[in-house]
Amino acid sequence: MKDLLKDLDKAFENRIRLGIMSALVVNDSLDFNALKDLLGVTDGNLASHLKSLEKSDYVQFKKEFLDRKPNTSYYATERGIAAFKKHIGAIEQLLNQ
Amino acid sequence: MKEKYIEDLKEIKDIMNRSSRFISLSGLSGITAGVIALTGVYLLHKFVFEYQDYLIFDRVAISSDRFDQLWQISLGTLLLAILSVIYLTTKETKKRNQRIWDHHTKRILVNLTIPLFTGGILCLTLLFEGFIGMLPPLSLIFYGLALINVSKYTLNEIRNLGLLEVALGLIAMQYIEHGLIFWSIGFGGLHILYGAIVYRKYKL
Repeated sequence: MKDLLKDLDKAFENRIRLGIMSALVVNDSLDFNALKDLLGVTDGNLASHLKSLEKSDYVQFKKEFLDRKPNTSYYATERGIAAFKKHIGAIEQLLNQ
Repeated sequence: MKEKYIEDLKEIKDIMNRSSRFISLSGLSGITAGVIALTGVYLLHKFVFEYQDYLIFDRVAISSDRFDQLWQISLGTLLLAILSVIYLTTKETKKRNQRIWDHHTKRILVNLTIPLFTGGILCLTLLFEGFIGMLPPLSLIFYGLALINVSKYTLNEIRNLGLLEVALGLIAMQYIEHGLIFWSIGFGGLHILYGAIVYRKYKL
């Protein structure tokens, strides 16, 4: 039981951060507005959660220009994907107990 | 504690589904498109191809009456099928509270359009040059390639449908004189089959 709790990632305790990672794991990349629509959160809320995931190096972003407008798209890092998988694995094991 | 994690898993699944796969291409729209296609092919047979040997590996002479009916019936069938798919898909999407026009639909349309327009322009050129026999096999092949191209963004069944259409097109090339039969199977039969499978499996 103790080992399992260790595998649960603090970064994913928050539902919105978990949602961001779920979406980025199955998509190559998503832009800010797509994430916002998907999760139904405010700009500021999403931005702060993205920032914290960036800090853990789970998410990175790239800036491009679409129709001369700046567009930021986010993608999950390998580290982030590994952490996410580990987290899900731990949840599943916890539920199986 | 357990409830929170069960909720978490549900949420993860829901977000993954909503964000990655356009699951609203309803089975009903497949069946409708298939029936429209069958009607179109029947009209083509009746008004254009009956008692004619247009379906050969060569340029044929076609009267302007028959040529007009050929493109009018084809265009009519295509438009009717596309409109019915758009209508039924929009309805289904609204029911599921998803947005019809998001980055996801855009990506599907762009990836569908590239092979489809390539094949469409090629077929039109061949049509105007009188190589009518080439149209059934080539339209099936390019349609199949377009489906394979979008399959990674939507239901897995689309990929199998695409592979079947390509295979059918290649066989149709061998039996070029039976082009209309292959058109009925490819655009009619396979769509109805796809629709029935999706309807049973996903209840949509």
